[in-house]
Amino acid sequence: MKRETKSSAWMVLLGAAVLLVLVTALENTLDPTSNIMLFTALKKGAVYALVAVSMNLLNGFTGLFSLGQAGFMLLGAYTYAILTIPVESREAVYYIYNGCAINFSLPELLGGGPVGLVLGVVLALILGGCVAAAVAWLIGLPVLRLKSDYLAIATLGFGEIIRAIFQWDKLGPVTNGANALKSFPTFSTFNIPGGLRLSTFMAFLLAGVCIAVIVLLINSTYGRAFKAIRDDEVAAEAMGIHLAKHKRLAFCISSFFAGVGGGMFAMFANQAQAKNFTTAMTYEILLIVVIGGIGSVSGSCIAAFLYVAASEWWLRFLDTETVLSNGFKVPFLRTGFRMVVFSIIIMIVVLFFRRGIMGDKEITDLLRPRRKEGRAK
Amino acid sequence: MQYAISILLSGVSLGGQYALIAIGYTMVYGILRLINFAHGDVFMVAGLMMVYLSAALPLAAALPLVLLLTVLLGFLIERAAYKPLRTAPRMSVMISAIGVSYLLQNLATYATGGLPQMYPEIPGLSATVTIAGVSIKWATIVTPFLVVILVVALTQLIHHTKTGMAMRAVAKDFETAQLMGIRLNAVISVTFVIGSFLAGVGSCLYFTNYQSVVPLSGALPGLRAFVAAVFGGIGSIPGAVVGAFIIGLSESIIKGSDWSVFSDAFTFALLIVILVVKPTGLFGEKVTDKV
Amino acid sequence: MSGNLLKIENVTMQFGGVVAVDNLNLEVNKGEIVALIGPNGAGKTTAFNVVTGVYQPTNGAVWFQGEKIIENHPQGKMKAMYKGQHAGEYSQVLAPTPDKVTRLGMARTFQNIRLWKSQTVFDNVLIAKHCRTTSNVFSAAFRLNRKEEAEQRADVETLLETVGLADVKDEPATSLPYGKQRRLEIARALAAEPQLLLLDEPAAGMNPQETDELTAFIGEIRDRFQLTIFLIEHHMNLVMDISERIYVLDFGELIAKGTPAEIQNNKRVIDAYLGVSEDA
Repeated sequence: MKRETKSSAWMVLLGAAVLLVLVTALENTLDPTSNIMLFTALKKGAVYALVAVSMNLLNGFTGLFSLGQAGFMLLGAYTYAILTIPVESREAVYYIYNGCAINFSLPELLGGGPVGLVLGVVLALILGGCVAAAVAWLIGLPVLRLKSDYLAIATLGFGEIIRAIFQWDKLGPVTNGANALKSFPTFSTFNIPGGLRLSTFMAFLLAGVCIAVIVLLINSTYGRAFKAIRDDEVAAEAMGIHLAKHKRLAFCISSFFAGVGGGMFAMFANQAQAKNFTTAMTYEILLIVVIGGIGSVSGSCIAAFLYVAASEWWLRFLDTETVLSNGFKVPFLRTGFRMVVFSIIIMIVVLFFRRGIMGDKEITDLLRPRRKEGRAK
Repeated sequence: MQYAISILLSGVSLGGQYALIAIGYTMVYGILRLINFAHGDVFMVAGLMMVYLSAALPLAAALPLVLLLTVLLGFLIERAAYKPLRTAPRMSVMISAIGVSYLLQNLATYATGGLPQMYPEIPGLSATVTIAGVSIKWATIVTPFLVVILVVALTQLIHHTKTGMAMRAVAKDFETAQLMGIRLNAVISVTFVIGSFLAGVGSCLYFTNYQSVVPLSGALPGLRAFVAAVFGGIGSIPGAVVGAFIIGLSESIIKGSDWSVFSDAFTFALLIVILVVKPTGLFGEKVTDKV
Repeated sequence: MSGNLLKIENVTMQFGGVVAVDNLNLEVNKGEIVALIGPNGAGKTTAFNVVTGVYQPTNGAVWFQGEKIIENHPQGKMKAMYKGQHAGEYSQVLAPTPDKVTRLGMARTFQNIRLWKSQTVFDNVLIAKHCRTTSNVFSAAFRLNRKEEAEQRADVETLLETVGLADVKDEPATSLPYGKQRRLEIARALAAEPQLLLLDEPAAGMNPQETDELTAFIGEIRDRFQLTIFLIEHHMNLVMDISERIYVLDFGELIAKGTPAEIQNNKRVIDAYLGVSEDA
């Protein structure tokens, strides 16, 4: 049993390494301008995978139905952006407010150059996560006492409150009001001019490391305690698990990674703007979690890529009016049809494949019995 | 003074419109313990149908037809998206509701091309009058009265008819009611029908005031109405109405002040305070009024 | 310090106007097996819930290992409504949550089995060890607690071996037959390393043979883990076989206490169970 968990851990690690190499190879052999959809889907997929896994940690593994993910992503995105916009660009970004109240930039503080860039970006992402976690801690004090749907609606409300605060004019010198923050380092900043293109690699690496940490947590004694709370709160409390403490812990950790994911979303989108982090975004992530299977990390990852690829790329053709060579105009195809088809697919999954792609199983669970059979032969 | 009156009037009428939506939330929650996230979008679709139907038909035909179709929509949503999940965990049903909301919004975007649609003028409602120097639409004045009439009718229905009795029984105890021979599905359908009908009426009043309908028009009024329902004590109809008027008034006051960015934030802050301090809401304990 | 491990002192539990437990006084000494019996609705489980911190008593105190762990007195509306005795004798409020009580050294089972359904037998027991871990969330996530984790796993293996569930350790908990689920719940409680084990109707729903096995099992674990056991039970065979002392509750009130032989011949107990005939 022990050996088996160890070997599956190695397999996962190996798989991740292969994936990283593959992605880098792909990005450096294919022309990024003609395959723009592929790389967009990969990068956004990586970001969404992380956020979906962080939501799954809360909804799937701890049994707390929270809908505040977009709000925490917003906190992460803004923290990241504010800390990394180069000092010289601040004037231009904050032109409405005559410059920014904060006048330093982490990559420059850490010595600039490639080293400063990497360190600064990583540090800013972590700080973004910390801000999200700190706010989650504060919010958690009152709302974590609420049950199921009340918790959902209260966290949803907090997401909206956070969004309103960040759009507030008076905070303009810090948040740039309702305007977008830009000019900070993005994934493309990591493409070495004339050398390796590393933007997709970066997205995968950052998301991969974070997801790995979440998986480690889920399989630790704390993760087991979370699952006990999900299965039966009364029994968990009777067995010595401090409910308030563990719920708060799960909420803060989930928010931390949502914050990091938010920072990465800003890197992906090349900008951070409060109006993007709406409830609709939380719903999107929730649907990814459901499609992947509530309580399955690998399910969330697979679903994130499928979801992003389908909505951004594969179903694109549905949005363009098409006339076949024989003059037949395909009915229905025009702007917006893609999302209709897409939401119908989602409803089908929700209604008829309630357990999602993976149920509560992981990829490694699927590999295990097969190996056992192999041994038996 | 004039300013105060205009704010007060618009607050009251907004409150009435929210009340009509909130009743739908509160009734469904009372019976199914489900936050029907799609309810706000049903309200939006009712607005859009009015836009399209009034272009093709005379208003006298379009208006009843819109109400009928809205009721049908609510009924179909329940049958298609919630009924199959009756034994599933509550979270699945809620996700299904979110899915329906997503579908309705995307359908609306597809139909409208994402462009705002002008709401037709309804004679009698769109005309303006001047009261104490403030010019307002008739819709604003009619709303509170209409709400009161509808709510009284609804309470009569719940307390003095057989269907109403069945609804109260189901709200009290789902399983026992079923064992007592109450046709659960029929009762649930009636709940959705009533809820959608009121949302349809609410949409006529709301959009007459706001004039344009976009696919996301339903999302925020829906959420605010839901907050109103929780505020009043979810499951209680008088609670929902009182809650809605409070939410409508406070929204109108904040929108008129320097803090207008925070009008929704305030609504949600109010919700959280209520949930934390008194999770059953203002009228939550009165079990007799639960539906 | 006297020899008692648990002492319930003047505990009254009143829900609204209903007094569920009225002025209960009870002691459990170290190493004893003590049973609390009484007809349905007598307030036995309520008493259990007070001791384990699920309910806050309306008035009274609970002592464990010579220390007062729970205390309360009527407050607010209850002040006027309070119908019990010893009003005004308690002034402190001590209300630990159930998890805190468990960490102090009490673990319980439930009347209607409450296992973690999606977990395996092994994990059900392992999770109960969580309250004894010293690692924080970082050291646990980054596996800096490897030694502790390995120790816990080894402990659980031995524990499962002792209770005879080692062969099913990788099965889902809910796939076990009823009797084994009961046994697993006891094993899970043991994993929390208690000194006092509280069993709430451990033989509920068991057939006579399973009950006999359980009786033997309870005696066994008491000796092996040097436990003190406090149990609620309806199966009189089990109660009379293993308990050293018995307390009897009826309508929230303690009507008798003593050895099994004394209880068997107590008139009030017989009346409580069989009812009093009108012409008596």
